[in-house]
Amino acid sequence: MSQFDVIILGGGPAGYVAAIRSAQLGMSTAVIERDKLGGVCVNIGCIPTKALLHSAYLIKALRDAAQMGIETNDVKTNYGTAMQRSRKVADQNSRGVEFLMKKHKITVVKGSGVLQPGRKVKVGADVHEAKRAVIVATGSRVKGLPQVGLEINKTTVISSDEALFLERAPASLAIIGAGAVGMEFADIFASFGTQVTLIEVLPRILPLEDAESSDALSKSYRKRKIEVLAGATITKGNVKQDGVTLEVKAGGATRTIDAAAVLLAAGRAVNTENIGLAEAGVQLTERGFIKVSKDLETTAPGVYAIGDVAGPPMLAHKGSREGIHAVEHIAGQKPRAIKYDNVPNVTFCFPEVASIGMTEEQCKERKVEYVVGRFPFSASGRARGTGETEGFVKIIRGKQYGEILGAHIVGSHASELIHELTVARENEYTVEEIELAIHAHPTFSEAVAQAALDSLGRVIDM
Amino acid sequence: MPTSVVMEALSPTMEEGRLVKWLKHAGDHVSAGETLAEVETDKAVMDLVARADGVLGSIAVKEGETVAVGKQIAVINGGSGKGEGGRVIQEQPAPVAPSTPPPPPPPPPAPRATEPVRPRSALPPSPAPPAPTSADATRVKASPLARRMARDAGMDLRVLQGSGPGGRVVKRDVEQGGAAKRETGEPVVAQAPAAAPLVRPEPVGPPVRRSAGPPFEDVPLSQIRKTIAKRLAASLGPIPHFFLTTEIDLERVADARAALNEGREQEERISVNDVILKATALTLKQHRACNAWWQDDHIRYWNEVHLGMAVAVEDGLITPVIRNADAKALAEIGRDARELAARARARRLQPDEYTGSTFSVSNLGMFDIDQFTAVINPPEAGILAVGSAVAKPVIVNGAVVPRLRMRVTLTCDHRVIDGATGAAFLETLKGMLENPLAML
Repeated sequence: MSQFDVIILGGGPAGYVAAIRSAQLGMSTAVIERDKLGGVCVNIGCIPTKALLHSAYLIKALRDAAQMGIETNDVKTNYGTAMQRSRKVADQNSRGVEFLMKKHKITVVKGSGVLQPGRKVKVGADVHEAKRAVIVATGSRVKGLPQVGLEINKTTVISSDEALFLERAPASLAIIGAGAVGMEFADIFASFGTQVTLIEVLPRILPLEDAESSDALSKSYRKRKIEVLAGATITKGNVKQDGVTLEVKAGGATRTIDAAAVLLAAGRAVNTENIGLAEAGVQLTERGFIKVSKDLETTAPGVYAIGDVAGPPMLAHKGSREGIHAVEHIAGQKPRAIKYDNVPNVTFCFPEVASIGMTEEQCKERKVEYVVGRFPFSASGRARGTGETEGFVKIIRGKQYGEILGAHIVGSHASELIHELTVARENEYTVEEIELAIHAHPTFSEAVAQAALDSLGRVIDM
Repeated sequence: MPTSVVMEALSPTMEEGRLVKWLKHAGDHVSAGETLAEVETDKAVMDLVARADGVLGSIAVKEGETVAVGKQIAVINGGSGKGEGGRVIQEQPAPVAPSTPPPPPPPPPAPRATEPVRPRSALPPSPAPPAPTSADATRVKASPLARRMARDAGMDLRVLQGSGPGGRVVKRDVEQGGAAKRETGEPVVAQAPAAAPLVRPEPVGPPVRRSAGPPFEDVPLSQIRKTIAKRLAASLGPIPHFFLTTEIDLERVADARAALNEGREQEERISVNDVILKATALTLKQHRACNAWWQDDHIRYWNEVHLGMAVAVEDGLITPVIRNADAKALAEIGRDARELAARARARRLQPDEYTGSTFSVSNLGMFDIDQFTAVINPPEAGILAVGSAVAKPVIVNGAVVPRLRMRVTLTCDHRVIDGATGAAFLETLKGMLENPLAML
């Protein structure tokens, strides 16, 4: 039996970050991983999709290249090549995590770990004991929609797991779920020539984002001939050898959609089974997540849970933060409380969508007095220069003090621009501090300052 | 892990402390925030509180001993490590940020002059009322949002406990301060005293608000002012004092006081001194030129009136401060004055209760002193010396009649206040006291 101070179950973005922080704090650390280090994020999530999205972006750019002075007779696309590249990128990142484990002298145990009572973890025949704590970071996986007859069969009914390994883009694809995953794959496959139908049960696509962001993406996608069906219920799914037929009820009418494949992007299931949670005294919430304290400790003393299994939002960066927090708490430190209301959301489709804080609807629901400031990229000199005038920056500020209640960005680089507002909120800057900070010209970031100014009724460039 | 207990700087200028009494003894269980010992500083007897949970271990300093600030005087052993921060002897791999709930109070009052730099991790948790982050009006760490909220709410950031990084005051701290305000009906201004129950309900006036604008304005020195400063300072000590005396008729104050005190319990009665304090505060509001600090290269004119009140204590003198005295009702000033005087005599004043005054009043009337000159309490520019109120023959309408009269002497710092300026101040003060209805 080997002993460590801390044993972490799962080497995804929550687990591996926790392991590094643990090693930094001088604790002997082991990570148990049944697959590749880096988890879903690095191998079949965040990283390879960003590689594919860049291919998709270049396809669009090259199709519009003539006006930029670049002659391309015909842009031919090959999803298989793009996929191969995305695999290389994912593998490089996974090896990067392996390197980090070595650098920090973290023991990586290959296999599936099962919790035993008393801070022990069984991997195969071996039992490892944690002197200080065990951290569960087993993440989540895609899930099917058995209620309408759609079980993942990996050929015609697929998830992102399969979509990432396709050799060629299907002729047509129905995507169920228009959250970040559905939106990103719609962009990727539409760019590679697939006829995409995007189906969302909630009244609008990107249902967690501000309505203006949803509307902007809805318009943009429709312009690109992506069919967008929001407020649509799938009543029946008929899976055939060479495709799928869906019966969809939307806007009072029922229609039939035929597609070569259907991609399920509606939610994920947490990996809480077969890891000995109940035996170790770890309780779950009603929704199936692991019940944790504010310091991520479960109902079993000395057992912590972080990342997707510890509850929404299921985001890599949220999991990483929890990993650092949990480990510092284990080391006897007093980490600052995690601000779950200041976790940025990003969808990396084109145009990108990013947000922080409350949507306008939430402000209304909570009866918060607010003022909205907006600045469209069509008014930005830099955006005109790159031909990326789609989208806007929208800042919702408190009426009385100018507190940044929420910010919503649609457009190129939204995923990067949002962090100015994340830092601002973290430090309780108001729109006045955003505006006072001098923004370089000409940049996309100027739109953030202008939106802040607009909320104060003093916009300059519009 | 053991946490060392050190002699802390419990007052802005404290360099050493005398251990008066250990309230906990070796082997006692202590929890963070509990008082371990009483320590006599240069100004008062203060509580030294535990910064961690655990068992009080070896005590290195005996009662009566005097040790330098920063010296270890005991150790707290073991415990669950739940003590917030604490100066930990055993090195931790990384600095410990204080946890958010419960918010650690800010460090003891920041120095105007010298205070040993203490580690950030020494921020203690304490159920005790918040110590001010700063005894004077210098830098307070606060987020921009918190600053605005506090400004709008008329709250003093200095008395709020900062729960953000490094004791920074954040939104939540102001909101919690606001909650306290709602409960007491009084805003969180510096050390708003707990209202003593009144014998009969009486409107205490509007809640004490800090002035809407900035608390003070720094005015650069003109050449003539620089020359005046240099020449006068060279002529009479470091502070060029001059004195203005006037005699004030107190008959109407006496009448008003009699009416106000009717039916009041002895301890709730308004004294002549309370009326003088109130009148002085209101006069200062009108004569900002006398409500100022000499700052060597500039003069700070205060828009707020924080009135120092000289109190004789056993072995000396201390000047507790009635904050925002101009905005307080007479009864409130009376309560403040009584409480502060009592605590001053018991040597139980908190540092923020005796620093930051903008003008002072010294009253020796009770010692039957007709008139005297008081010495300025720098950096203030003026102090009012109050003599006894006595019946004197006075000519009124051509007839000699007995009237209650009192002599006051204004001491001025000539670098800040010129003769005519001081005289105008006294004229207003005299007018108010001779017609106290004008104060209402």
